[in-house]
This record gives sequence, structure tokens and C-alpha cells, in this order.
Amino acid sequence: MEPVQLLDTDGTLLPGAEARLPDESVLKALRLMMLSRAADRRAISLQRQGRFGTFAPVMGQEAAFVGSAMALDPAQDWIVPQYREMPALLHHGYPLERLFGYFKGNAAAAKIPDGVNMFPIQIALGVQIPHAVGLGWGLRLRGLPGVVACYFGDGASSEGDFHEACNLAGIVKAPVVFFLSDNGWAISTPRRMQTAGATFAERGPTYGFPGVVVDGNDLFAVHAVTREAVDRARSGQGPTLIEARTYRIGPHTTADDPTRYVDPAEHAAWEARDPIDRVQRYLAAKGLWDGAAEEAWAKEIDAEIEAAVEVAEAQAAPSADDLFEHSYAHLPARLERQRDELSRRGWP
Amino acid sequence: MTMMTMVQAIRAALFEEMARDERVMVLGQDIARLGGVFRATEGLVDVYGPDRVVDTPLAEGVIVGSALGLAVAGMVPVAEIQFLGFAHQAFHQIGAQVGRFRFRTHGRFGAQVTIRAPFGGGVRTPELHSDALEAQFVQCPGLKVVMPATAHDAKGLLLEAIRDPDPVLFCEPLRGYRLVKGEVPDGDYTVPFGQLREARTGEDLTLVAWSAAVQVAEQAAERLAEEGISAQVLDLRTLVPLDVDGLVKAVERTGRCVVVHEAPLSAGFGAEVIATIQEEAFYSLEAPIARVTAPDTPYPLAGIEDLYIPTVDRVVDAARATVKS
Repeated sequence: MEPVQLLDTDGTLLPGAEARLPDESVLKALRLMMLSRAADRRAISLQRQGRFGTFAPVMGQEAAFVGSAMALDPAQDWIVPQYREMPALLHHGYPLERLFGYFKGNAAAAKIPDGVNMFPIQIALGVQIPHAVGLGWGLRLRGLPGVVACYFGDGASSEGDFHEACNLAGIVKAPVVFFLSDNGWAISTPRRMQTAGATFAERGPTYGFPGVVVDGNDLFAVHAVTREAVDRARSGQGPTLIEARTYRIGPHTTADDPTRYVDPAEHAAWEARDPIDRVQRYLAAKGLWDGAAEEAWAKEIDAEIEAAVEVAEAQAAPSADDLFEHSYAHLPARLERQRDELSRRGWP
Repeated sequence: MTMMTMVQAIRAALFEEMARDERVMVLGQDIARLGGVFRATEGLVDVYGPDRVVDTPLAEGVIVGSALGLAVAGMVPVAEIQFLGFAHQAFHQIGAQVGRFRFRTHGRFGAQVTIRAPFGGGVRTPELHSDALEAQFVQCPGLKVVMPATAHDAKGLLLEAIRDPDPVLFCEPLRGYRLVKGEVPDGDYTVPFGQLREARTGEDLTLVAWSAAVQVAEQAAERLAEEGISAQVLDLRTLVPLDVDGLVKAVERTGRCVVVHEAPLSAGFGAEVIATIQEEAFYSLEAPIARVTAPDTPYPLAGIEDLYIPTVDRVVDAARATVKS
């Protein structure tokens, strides 16, 4: 199975390829990809200063998450994420300051706003895939037109939950797009140790639905295959498994040291296929992008990120209420006593 | 009032709640056409159809995991795990996901999910069908753990569970399904969580149990009465939330207590009951609190399960010793 590709690494459309995204959308996508890249760098720096917790950067995979999220309608479609899909969540309406609030370790600051159709960031690998299937299945039972995009990686595909969820999704024709972002690594474990199969996408047909491989660093191709999968799901034809081939340019998280296991030559080859460069070249050839534009946007983006950091850092310190308030809808008497005891003691 | 077995009472609750609330659906293995291996869901599919009564693939993890997604979509799922012993294959979804979903979303979403699961020994099942795992789930914050002992409570507690905005693990004693019979009110009623039931009044000591062990305790109390020992029997009904006040008041009155459960001894829920009593009512105690439980061995093959499960004799012996000391 050859990956679907529309945009060459030099930013030109491949012969016969058609750009279905209007220039205005491509510019919006680029803005979001650049914001994500800059937010990654800022988050890593904040973690180094002890102002953020462990952070999982997206860098190198921006086209996969922006292209796929742009195929969704945030008003009716849902995202069920793993934890490395920042720009998809931002596109869907999750504010950057809340994402930062999450990585700062403040649950109240990270709360998904009402009306944003998104599950929380999921740290356990693959467990969200069954949730996505139930959600899509439930939307259909309720007669709602929403589609669910479920994100996970090559590592999560080895979990039993992936199999159980795909299997059920095929049977109930759940309106789900399984978006497998193959970034080459599960921390230090390379893709070849996750599967002996030639592709992940080929598993789709074994569950009774299509699988497709796409160049995950090609904004146009990712958007096109996701749009097709969303249309398929919305029209009642069931799920699709998309395997987006991309690469984790950064570390697994701020706690990781990839120099212990990444081959520098492989890393360099993928850097040459950078998804942001590719879109900038495409727009430059059309006269829509140049150094001055890049400089102007970089300034705007920095200001946007600083504003989000400020909001995230200005959040009230958590209290015992934050620990107990949402443990249960109605707090049992036993927990009330525990809350009162901790409240009396105050902050340690 | 209608005389019903426990399984009939559970079925009645499901029938009535699916009629009352069209968001309620049941899903699990063999629950639709077959009506469940114990027939608890028999006939539901004929009335409510295959969209709301769903035979799932044989996969505990996705039965529970998809129920969480269904709940967020606005359905009210009642998932069946065919035997609690197989809930280990869904443990990551029950404890780490469904149980803490309200907490993880800071209240944006709850998980109105009921998980029904039969358990308990005495019916000569194959391996892993009988294990009493309830204490393992008590250590899953956000989850409620409900253990009915009577037909009346099975219906009233199940209706309460389905309507609870938080997830509930509803454990059904499989040897009680047909053995336990009682008067069950017709129509709608609920039994609130966190309120224990005094199954038998008594003055000399308190026997604490839940689920099928309540019957063992009641039979022991009957035997003890013949020798002039008056034993109170408490049915905890729900382990989470625990009726601390009811438990403490009872033991303060009798000063003596024996806890009976089918799960292994170490870190069984009996340990929590005893720790709670010693924290709250230590100076009322006239004797050490005893436990009658399964040993700390795996649940055995059927041929020796009678040795494993707490017996009336063992409870009577423990009660005698407690009263004498």
C-alpha cells in the first residue's frame, strides 16, 4: 500500500494532484502549524524552568493533526485524543491556555469548555479507542450526525483495546475515523518492533472497513483522506483506519533523551520533509508567503503564546475542593469527612 | 407485591427502566437473543429491539469502554460482564477510565454507566466464574460498588444504580439468582445507596455481611438463637458508599462483631469494616472483631469449593468465640 501524497517536499503539487484546500484555508492551517511549533518550544522551555510539568511535543507531526482536524466540523464532530495532538485540539476549540493549564497540572484550568466536543487528553495508551467507538455508536443511536475522530499512535496500536475497539466499530458501523499517527517511535521502541506487518492500515479490512496510508507530513493529502473518511462515516458507511506516516522530530517528552536511540541520518532525512516548510514553499510559489510574512506571524504567535502562558499561570492555586468536588456527582459522607480534614490542615 | 426470585427482580428492574427512560440500553455477551446466561435480560430484545439490547463481541474491555462513550453521547448504558471473574480483562477501563471520568474532566462529563456482573461460589462453575473481587473495585475512586442480597433490594438498588449520575459496579450473587426469593413491590421504587439493612435484630453480637454471605449469616444467627445467643445481622448493601454511621451505631450497641465475606481474607472489605469500627467505636468493643472469609488461595476447582466458601458452621464458631471472650 503506497502512501497517498499530493504535495511534494519542495512544495509543488504532484502530477495530477489537485489542491482541494483554498488558499485562505492553507494560510489558516499554516498559522496553526506554526503556532503549534512555537508553543512546543515555549512549553519545553517552561518545563526546563520548572514552570511546566512533563510535556510531549508535537514537532514534525503538525500536518497530520491540522490536516485531519480541518476535515471535521467542530460544531457536531468529536475528537477523542491521545496526548500529542495539540493543533488538532486547538482547531477544535480547546483554548491554548487550557492545554497549558493541563501541562501545568491544574485540572480546573484544563477543563474542556462547554460546547467543545472533545474528550480529555488521554495518557494511558489506546484506552480511548473503545470510548470513541461508544461515542460514535451513541451519536448514531441518538440520531445525531456527528463523527468521531480518534487519535492514537503506532505504539497504541499494539494494545488490546485497539483490536477490541476496531472489531466492535466494524460490527456496529460506528461513525469513527481511527487516525493512527505513525511517528516512528513509542518512546524508544521503533515501529518495526510494534508490528511485523507492512502497514497498520491493512488491518482495517480485517475488521470490515477500509484502511488507507497517507503521507502524514502532507497537509493536502491528510486533509483529503480524512475528509473522505468523515464523509463515509457521516453517511452511515462506518469507520476508516488512516495510517499517517510522519516522524517525531522531538523527544517523546521532556523527560526523554532521544540521542540514546535515534539514528541521526534518519532524523535528518525526516527534517528535510518538514510539514511546515512544505506548506510555506507551496504558498511562496503562489506569492502568498515570504520572509516578511514569516517575521510578522512569528511576532503575533509569540504574543498569543505569552498571553496563554499568563492565563495558565494566573490560575488560582488548587484547594482541597478541587480534589473532591468532581470525584462524585454527590459526595458520599465518608469523602466529605476526608475533604474537611484536608481543608482544615490547609496547603502543605 | 409479587413473590420473585432475585433474577426475576433484576429483569423486572431492567424492563421497567427501559420503558421509563428510552436512553437506557443494555449491552454484553449473549444478553439479547439468549437473554443472558442466567436469563436476567430475557425478553428485553423482543420489546426494546436490537438497537437497545445488544449482543457485543466477546471483549470485556470494549464492553465497558464503549459504555463510557455511549454515556457521553447521551445514552444510559447498562453493561453486563458475564462473570465478575472476567472483569480483570476490563479492569483498566472500569477503574482507570469509567471510575475517574468525572474527575478527569473536572465535571464536564460524568459516566452514567452501570456494570452488572454475577459472582460468587457454590454453583460448581468452571474456573474464574466465582471469584469475589469486590474489594479490588472499592480501590477505584469514583466508582460505586453495590452488592444486593435480597430480591427486593436487587430491583430497588438496580434502579438506583441506573439513575445514578456516577458509575456503579452492580455485583449479583449467582447462587442467589434463583435461590433467593422474596416479596418485591410492583412498579417503581429505589433503595438509596449508603444505607445498610438490618436483616435480623439481635442483642449479643453483630454479624456483618453483604450479597450471598448475608444468607450464611442469617442461617448462623438462626442456629445461634437455638443456643441462646441473639445475633444481629447487617446487610451492608453498598460497599461504596459505606454506611459508616449505621455500622458504628450497631456495633456500639452490641459491642461484638463478626464480618463474613466470600472474598479472600487479606485486604478483603472485611478489613475496611473492622478498621472503621476500631476508629469509630473502639471503646464500645467487648471483644476482638473476627472475620470468616475465604482463605488467601485462588478460588479452587468446584470439587473443593465447599471448603473455600465461608460456611454456617464457621460463622457459628466465630460468633460463639466472640461472645465468650
